[in-house]
Amino acid sequence: MAAGGGIDPIHQFEIKPLIGLRPLGLDLSFTNASLFMVLIVAVVSLIMVYGSSQRATVPGRLQSLAEIVYEFVASTVTGVMGREGMKFFPFVFSLFMFVLSANLLGMIPGSFTVTSHIVVTAAFAFLVIGVVLVYGIVKHGSHFFGLFVPSGVPGWLLPFMVLIEAVSFVSRPISLSLRLFGNMLAGHIALKVFGGFVVALLAGGTALGYAIAPLPLLLAVALTALEFLVSFLQAYVFAILTCVYLNDALHPGH
Amino acid sequence: MDPVAAKFIGAGLASLGMGLAAIGVGTIFGNFLSGALRNPSAADGQFPRAFIGAALAEGLGIFAFVVALVLLFVV
Repeated sequence: MAAGGGIDPIHQFEIKPLIGLRPLGLDLSFTNASLFMVLIVAVVSLIMVYGSSQRATVPGRLQSLAEIVYEFVASTVTGVMGREGMKFFPFVFSLFMFVLSANLLGMIPGSFTVTSHIVVTAAFAFLVIGVVLVYGIVKHGSHFFGLFVPSGVPGWLLPFMVLIEAVSFVSRPISLSLRLFGNMLAGHIALKVFGGFVVALLAGGTALGYAIAPLPLLLAVALTALEFLVSFLQAYVFAILTCVYLNDALHPGH
Repeated sequence: MDPVAAKFIGAGLASLGMGLAAIGVGTIFGNFLSGALRNPSAADGQFPRAFIGAALAEGLGIFAFVVALVLLFVV
């Protein structure tokens, strides 16, 4: 952590290979990122499989957790897309649970935040947009491109509106991936910077340093609470924006 | 100008965008809250929309943040 007296806030995002695998010159090593992704899938599967295996009329803790999460995502999906949107429920639910668990597991000190890597979030965002494109074109054919032609626009304005709509569609995967990545990266850097202030003040050994060291410590605690909120909020925003984009594939045209 | 200094000045200028995005997010939630206090029964139904708007406004601030990071660590 401490490199040459200073504290490097980026160091926590470093990917280290745990098991080296290099077949045919490709780097397929099992890294700490892979380990945490496996952990996330294991945690989500355990909660959902064990939580739904009891089927008690009066749910226990794990079963209520599974039921609350299910109903929360289901109400979000039906709220944005309507009843027919429930065919996308498994997709949205998997995305929400993975992103939420990745964000929350990343809050454990010393662990690794998978969603603070743009490769992971961009893969999710392009998966979402890919599903929108494939489903929209298969279901509606050329009618899907009515998405880019807003109704009730005067003729001379239409080419510009189509251009703007197309640009906004293309920027969707970029903004979807950058939002999650940026939030998680910025939050963890801020936590590490404030933690570094405490260490630097105490390492100075002066009376003034000891006197003001509790201030950044308190702020780091408050930031940790904020980060837990952001972890949940960004998973929710990712899920709801996925629903909004999938809604375009279900009901194209304005 | 020293290129390293220009890099840091550019990163600082990019950070301004984050503050401006904060104004946008604050406007959205402020207006949502004032509307929700006038008609609390309609507030729950509009909650996801407030978050969609806030997420879109915040996304632009995140773009500014990424520009600052690229200037600091990549370029």
